[in-house]
Amino acid sequence: MTQTTDPALDPGIKDPILEVESLSLWYGEKQALREISLKIPEKKITAFIGPSGCGKSTLLRCINRLNDLIDNVRIDGDIKFQGGSIFDPRIEINALRKRIGMVFQKSNPFPKSIYENVAYGPRLQGINRKRDLDDIVEKSLRGAALWDEVKDRLDDSALGMSGGQQQRLCIARAIAVEPEVILLDEPCSALDPIATARIEELMQDLKTQYTQVIVTHNMQQASRVSDYTAFLYLGELIEYGATEKIFINPMKKQTEDYITGRFG
Amino acid sequence: MKRAQRSDLFGQAMTWLCGGALAFNLLLVIGIMGLLAWYGLGYFWQKDLVQLRMKDGTRVLGEVWEIEQVVESPGQPALDRMRLKIANRDVGGLDFAWINAVDVASRSLPADAVLLERLEWGNFHGTMEELRDGDKVLARGPGPVWKALHELHAKKAKQREQVEDLEKGEIGDVNYAIEKLRLDRRALDFEELPAAEKARRGAALDRELAEREAAYQQLADRLFQLREKLDQGTLVMRSVDGQTKEMPVAMVVRAIRPNAMNAFEKTGLYLSRGWEFIAADPRESNTEGGIFPAIFGTVMMVFIMSFAVAPLGVLAALYLREYARQGLLVRMVRIAVNNLAGVPSIVFGMFGLGFFVYLIGGSIDRLFYPESLPTPTFGTGGILWASLTLALLTVPVVIVAAEEGLAAVPRIVREGSLALGATKFETIWRVVIPAAAPGILTGMILAMARAAGEVAPLMIVGMVKLAPSLPIDGRAPFVHFERKFMHLGFHIFDVGFQSPNVEATTPLVFATALLLIVVVTVMNIVAILLRNHLRRKYAGSAV
Repeated sequence: MTQTTDPALDPGIKDPILEVESLSLWYGEKQALREISLKIPEKKITAFIGPSGCGKSTLLRCINRLNDLIDNVRIDGDIKFQGGSIFDPRIEINALRKRIGMVFQKSNPFPKSIYENVAYGPRLQGINRKRDLDDIVEKSLRGAALWDEVKDRLDDSALGMSGGQQQRLCIARAIAVEPEVILLDEPCSALDPIATARIEELMQDLKTQYTQVIVTHNMQQASRVSDYTAFLYLGELIEYGATEKIFINPMKKQTEDYITGRFG
Repeated sequence: MKRAQRSDLFGQAMTWLCGGALAFNLLLVIGIMGLLAWYGLGYFWQKDLVQLRMKDGTRVLGEVWEIEQVVESPGQPALDRMRLKIANRDVGGLDFAWINAVDVASRSLPADAVLLERLEWGNFHGTMEELRDGDKVLARGPGPVWKALHELHAKKAKQREQVEDLEKGEIGDVNYAIEKLRLDRRALDFEELPAAEKARRGAALDRELAEREAAYQQLADRLFQLREKLDQGTLVMRSVDGQTKEMPVAMVVRAIRPNAMNAFEKTGLYLSRGWEFIAADPRESNTEGGIFPAIFGTVMMVFIMSFAVAPLGVLAALYLREYARQGLLVRMVRIAVNNLAGVPSIVFGMFGLGFFVYLIGGSIDRLFYPESLPTPTFGTGGILWASLTLALLTVPVVIVAAEEGLAAVPRIVREGSLALGATKFETIWRVVIPAAAPGILTGMILAMARAAGEVAPLMIVGMVKLAPSLPIDGRAPFVHFERKFMHLGFHIFDVGFQSPNVEATTPLVFATALLLIVVVTVMNIVAILLRNHLRRKYAGSAV
């Protein structure tokens, strides 16, 4: 396959923060990703779309090397983060994950208080002074548009919050460690439309500071929030480009079929 | 349609069956508690002292403990026969007597019949005859003696307290110090020192030893005087068959006139006896007095056991669940752990004896206590070894429960922590263990319940019928892990089946069993409250 020359796969992004280079991934014998190459621009929102099982979550989890935890995974190819390979053995995986945060499909607050959830990442970095932590917690919760709702019950269990609040708490928790990239793995799939709208709004606010990569199988969501969209199918990158272009004038037949709902 | 109806009927039947099984179990539990309470709690209630005049002219005075019907020969009507506690072991030799109802001419409840609880020889039933202080007669006849006794008895109780304080306090301290000095003296012989230095230190120790021994002599003299004073004051009692018995007033624990007491007084007596049972030391080879040392030993052993088993079980579970590669080996280890829970407890006792007592305890003695050998310090059964043996016995329960608790923490929560840059260890320590804590505590509760009820292995590794001192006291180092201890479970066995006076102590056995259940329940409730607190703290957590 010729790399980066196909206009359907290369929207001409300059100075990408992340570069995926012919990445292949196998779960045991099964190949989940096939030679994927794409560049993710800084401080934009990039969406991965595609039908279930197309590999979009797998690709996302490669970026912060969360797939390392799964037995029998083999990865080929490379991902460059700010020019350096994330698979470089000299790189400390925990340091990498601090710089590339993640929000999961199902909200996963820790069984701790709201405060402790947000303070978790900073504490890991050795920040223990109450005043510093207070500042970070407030800033992060404000950043996740949650402060006003929870400022009076920071010591309550995070598990007592609503689903939407929990997901925003997870975003607050992610931004508390001040990452450069935030990966969002179908963050709204378990939320009602109002909570979804709030998260999407929040993503727009966060764009000024963070690069965001979102996996979604909700195409309206992809078209609403993202600047660039990648369409994956059966482990292959079919088309990648500016979101408007993908949704209004896709170059590939498969993309058009998926977007118009003819399959998927 | 018909099919559906039939299956519905079947479903209803199953529901009833399951409910019935539960109800039966509940009934069993209530039945056990009720039975223990019925037999055990009645013991402290004072019965009337019945005086029976027999047809042959003899008289007996006692408490009716039981009435049963016997058929002496076939075809004849059943006869009533009663078991009477007649006490006066030092006069008649037997505590109990069987009386046939047909032999009784008349019965009465004499108001001046007195029951004495004594430090030795058990109870005495009879009437008061005379009270003397030295050669001086203080009172004569039932009424005056009864009145005069209380003052003297209170004085004697105070004196007895002084004697006990002296024995346990100052004399105990001096003995402890002398024993320590003696050991230091012996330890000096083992040390490699220049001869002059050795002689100098030896002389210093000898001097101190001599001082302490002189101090002991003084205390012993004082004790002798106190005892002499204590033994002054004599109570003369007359038993119902006319024999008189002299005894020191100091020997009387309690003097009551059961037939003259109203319900109020009896309730007070009941509470006072119940308290004595819980709070006092045993007397008369455990057949009388309280069982406080046994309660203390049981609770302390369970505590030490918990402190040992919690880290052991949780760490093992952590390795099995979080670190080990899930393969054949881990599966086999898991099966082995489960089987361990089924090994008879006495086998653990033997292991504890061989490993903890002989091997580890023996080594500790050789290394750290050579001066007291051949008397073993740790090389014999003690509360530490017993607790550790029980910790091994219960560790499978904790491992299994902790593993389940850990497995129930969702993968996504762990990933959430890792995605924030936490290492695996940080994730386990800060997220997984707190989330699994309620499950781990459930395992601890089961382990504690099992440990508190276990008796067999303890008999080999340090439990005794009567321990002279508690494992915790006021002398440095305050907690004495090497000491032997008493245990409620063994106490039940000992009092119920090994005591010289089984007939009299049977109710005590029931009361002790009830208390054992109460102790276990209290410990469990504390653990459950702790678990619920954790659950609330992490509302809706994994387990």
